[in-house]
Amino acid sequence: MNFLSDPINFIANWLGNLMLGWGASQSLVTFILKFIGAGLVGVFGFSLVIFTIWLERKLYGRIQDRLGPNRVGPYGIFQTIPDIIKIFTKEYITPVGADKVAYNLAPILSVSAVLLIWAILPFAKTIVGTDVNVGVLYVVAVGGIGALGIILAGWSSNNKYSLLGAFRAVAQIVSYEVPMVLALLVPVLLGRTMGINSLVNAQSVWFVIMSPIAAFIFFTSSIAETGRAPFDLLEAESELVAGYQTEYSGLKFGMFYVGEFLHAFTISALTATLFLGGWRGPWAEQIPILGVIWFFIKAFIVYFAVVLIRISMPRLRIDQMLNFNWKFLTPLALVLLILTALVDKLFFVVLPGIPITETLIPWARAGVHLLINIIIILITVQLLKTYRIKGVRVVGEPRPVAVAPEPPASVIS
Amino acid sequence: MTPEKIIFIVVALVTLGAALSVVISRNLIHSALWLILALFGIAIFYVLLDAGFFAVIQVIIYIGAIAILFIFAAMLTRRVMQDTGPQSNPNWWLGALIALLLFAGIALILVNWQGFTTSAPELANPSGRISQLGLALVSADQYVLPFELASLLLVAAMIGAIFVAGEKKP
Repeated sequence: MNFLSDPINFIANWLGNLMLGWGASQSLVTFILKFIGAGLVGVFGFSLVIFTIWLERKLYGRIQDRLGPNRVGPYGIFQTIPDIIKIFTKEYITPVGADKVAYNLAPILSVSAVLLIWAILPFAKTIVGTDVNVGVLYVVAVGGIGALGIILAGWSSNNKYSLLGAFRAVAQIVSYEVPMVLALLVPVLLGRTMGINSLVNAQSVWFVIMSPIAAFIFFTSSIAETGRAPFDLLEAESELVAGYQTEYSGLKFGMFYVGEFLHAFTISALTATLFLGGWRGPWAEQIPILGVIWFFIKAFIVYFAVVLIRISMPRLRIDQMLNFNWKFLTPLALVLLILTALVDKLFFVVLPGIPITETLIPWARAGVHLLINIIIILITVQLLKTYRIKGVRVVGEPRPVAVAPEPPASVIS
Repeated sequence: MTPEKIIFIVVALVTLGAALSVVISRNLIHSALWLILALFGIAIFYVLLDAGFFAVIQVIIYIGAIAILFIFAAMLTRRVMQDTGPQSNPNWWLGALIALLLFAGIALILVNWQGFTTSAPELANPSGRISQLGLALVSADQYVLPFELASLLLVAAMIGAIFVAGEKKP
């Protein structure tokens, strides 16, 4: 291990040996190193958000035929820093009748839930915060805490729009967790492990090739979890002011804002890790620091797709959002999970009878899975065409609450 | 004193305090929040015991699902959840006595148990533990019957919930 190929572990080793030399015990050294590592990953995550906020605003501007931020620094790249300084100077407003504890706890919960995912992301073969052996489940567990933050924010604000936003958040986030978990089980089946880094190690063929449907379902339901367009009806401006974050101001609003952008990048990084091979790439095995570069290239490609979807899609209605989840994504994920399990087992049962070289086995397996996925896609498209929704049942006519009085006859004539 | 011990003591104190606050807090949502903290403390104990799977499942089931359900139910009741009555009834000494006896009984059994003083043995095969658990749940001579019964119960509960909440056809 030398400094150039693996700087993080080199520095960690050096620091550990230094502290051991001072007479600290091994467990204390491990504890301190983990502590420093957690702090570094957190700071890194937040610094990355400074960049992604600028990137997203710039892309947003381009799509809408504007320039985007262009005043501070070259191409406006430092625009976020004055924004941060400005948000620090804003007053904290607590609405009358708000539940103070829950009101202040909510932004912290929603940011920390996102940041917790970074603890298990493998940036390179050797650069991993913690290689939890149930990493996939950990991602799901942390998502639940994020939902909690949004619910608390909506409830504690003492504002009916906030509360409505929170209700929608529960409906959306809790129900989109179902297809997400089912889609996450497909990589677990294919990789035979639940640890995130082991899953990356198992992707000699990327899982997006072996199971494009699982990648699609995971990607879509993750976007729904972040609550961004087209799934942003928990903060729909035209209906709910700003949803659950209506009453927040200053840094508390800033935390929700940063949490949203960080979440968007985190799901891109997760998709890249679980389906696009994470840090895998040429020479990433020998030189771990190269893995970091491959990882971020893949993550930013997925992030670009997330931003493009956010910019170009209109907002879904709440019944469309729920129908899409329960009548399309969930059944598709169930069918895919069952078929993947069956096909994978059958493949390994049949395999000894087929004359095939050792190196071709992963590719043959990937081909079989890809074939099954394509068949499922064709059948799904056919079913969607056959059972197309012809029209929506109208429950009631919209009634204007305030009706303008008839103008007096003198005005008309 | 090792860092693990310090973590254990701090987490134990926080968990006990949170559990106490669940019952003495007058606000329903605050009770639910304290409950979440207590459940989180238990998840940390699982981590300290090297049982990462149970820790994560604890968070998913109890915090991600049940606590959110509690809060969602309480959210629909904005004004009625401020409890203003007395917090104990005339039988409080009976409850305290039973709790004390139960605690004494459990403590007595634990003190007499020889595993109480020895340190926990290292668990073998850390990576294959989840697959062992999975195999144990579906193998015929182990836990397949309780597992299937629990699934059947859950399906029945789900059908019941759909029946209760579903649209009644006239």
